[in-house]
Amino acid sequence: MNYHWNWAIFWELSPDGVHTYFQTLLLGTGWTLATAACAWIIALTLGSLVGALRTMPFAAAVRFGNVYVELFRDVPLLVQMFLWYFVVPEIVPHAFGTWLKQLPNASFYTAVVALGLYMSARVAEQVRAGILSLPRGQRQAALALGLTLPQTYAYVLLPMTYRIIMPPLTSELLNTIKNSAVALTIGLMELTARARAMQEFSFQVFEAFTAATIIYIVINIVVTLAMRVVERRIAVPGYLGFKAPAAGH
Amino acid sequence: MFANYDFDVIWRSLPYLFYQGMTFTLLLTALATLGGIVIGTLLALMRLSGTAMLTLPAAAYVNLMRSVPFVLMIFWFYFLMPYIGQWITRSAQPLQVGAFASCLVTFTLFEAAFFCEIMRAGIQSISRGQMAAAQALGMTYPTAMGFIVLPQAFRNMAPVLLTQTIILFQDTSLVYVISVTDFLGAASKVAERDGRLVEMYTFAAVVYFIISLAASRTVAHLQRRIAIIR
Repeated sequence: MNYHWNWAIFWELSPDGVHTYFQTLLLGTGWTLATAACAWIIALTLGSLVGALRTMPFAAAVRFGNVYVELFRDVPLLVQMFLWYFVVPEIVPHAFGTWLKQLPNASFYTAVVALGLYMSARVAEQVRAGILSLPRGQRQAALALGLTLPQTYAYVLLPMTYRIIMPPLTSELLNTIKNSAVALTIGLMELTARARAMQEFSFQVFEAFTAATIIYIVINIVVTLAMRVVERRIAVPGYLGFKAPAAGH
Repeated sequence: MFANYDFDVIWRSLPYLFYQGMTFTLLLTALATLGGIVIGTLLALMRLSGTAMLTLPAAAYVNLMRSVPFVLMIFWFYFLMPYIGQWITRSAQPLQVGAFASCLVTFTLFEAAFFCEIMRAGIQSISRGQMAAAQALGMTYPTAMGFIVLPQAFRNMAPVLLTQTIILFQDTSLVYVISVTDFLGAASKVAERDGRLVEMYTFAAVVYFIISLAASRTVAHLQRRIAIIR
């Protein structure tokens, strides 16, 4: 190999003139985490709502939920990002579109919305599977006690479901963090984009990507360990770990 | 919204989109799935072997691939492959690797980690008695694995393997980041050349949607048909 290793590159000044390359990677990590966190809030909220709708005794609600999930699951995330970033500002009313395009950090907001909606379809799948895995008696008992349907979901079914589907939700959270890297295609300067920029300016390809890889692994380990503590705290006694469908990223 | 929607640009670029773009996407999906299942099954066998020398490297590989974004991995392979090629062929210069070969190796090796986890679950879903009975009949481990356990594991996992293939199909759009002309790459090239982003990206989304939806419906149908009644 005639590749010139230079690990000291991280402490050199990057072309922005202010930060070292190492600091630019940390900034990227911040954007990655911020994007993933905001998207995860959207994913969890909408995903729970849609997942619950798909288990309700109304054909229209179930159909709406099914269409929602298929819509966001059957188009690649990259294409969805492009739709939100390039297409939506063009087809909304002109003034609103112009405002969208001139928004500071537009790629961040776009990435949050696109990633949040994309992941919400997958959260909805987990929530639905979780609700369906509960014994039928729980719903019947709640209704028999005089709770309304929304109350049944809010106080009985969903709290149980979250405690059961915690392990698959953890892996969806990790997927959200990883999938935020796709936002580099719309110009979000998150971790992978920073590593790519560092490679372009310094030609130290492998140092840059090694650093990014290590940071992703550390994030992964920290989130996994933290969620494992949460899982243990909230596990429902008597329930074995909930088994999720295995396909996915 | 369709007032100045130019359907003609889609019509004109159809041959380019499908002959060049979609062929690349589908070929990459098919070959990477095959390669990924083969390597993934080998990794699964390593992880289940019970020998630390085989278990640990396989587990490390799978966990590494699963904790890093695919986009980053595409970059890794894109830049690393010329050097690995140089090392293998012992040439003086970093080897020139074609776009398709580069993508194929990347997708095969990356997806192998995910297929490994599916196959591991599949093999574990076969009761131990099957292996024990096969070996009691005098079969060696490879024979018993190849003729008794793996065929049943594949059958049990067929729907999940196919679902992963649909995900792989959608993931092929990520080769955009190294400027390869897959279906989305072709659409975006036309979009930028003709300034028709709205038309090309909505069309691409519709095509991906139809193919993925049809495929996932087929998988659901298949799942009902091949389910083993226990």
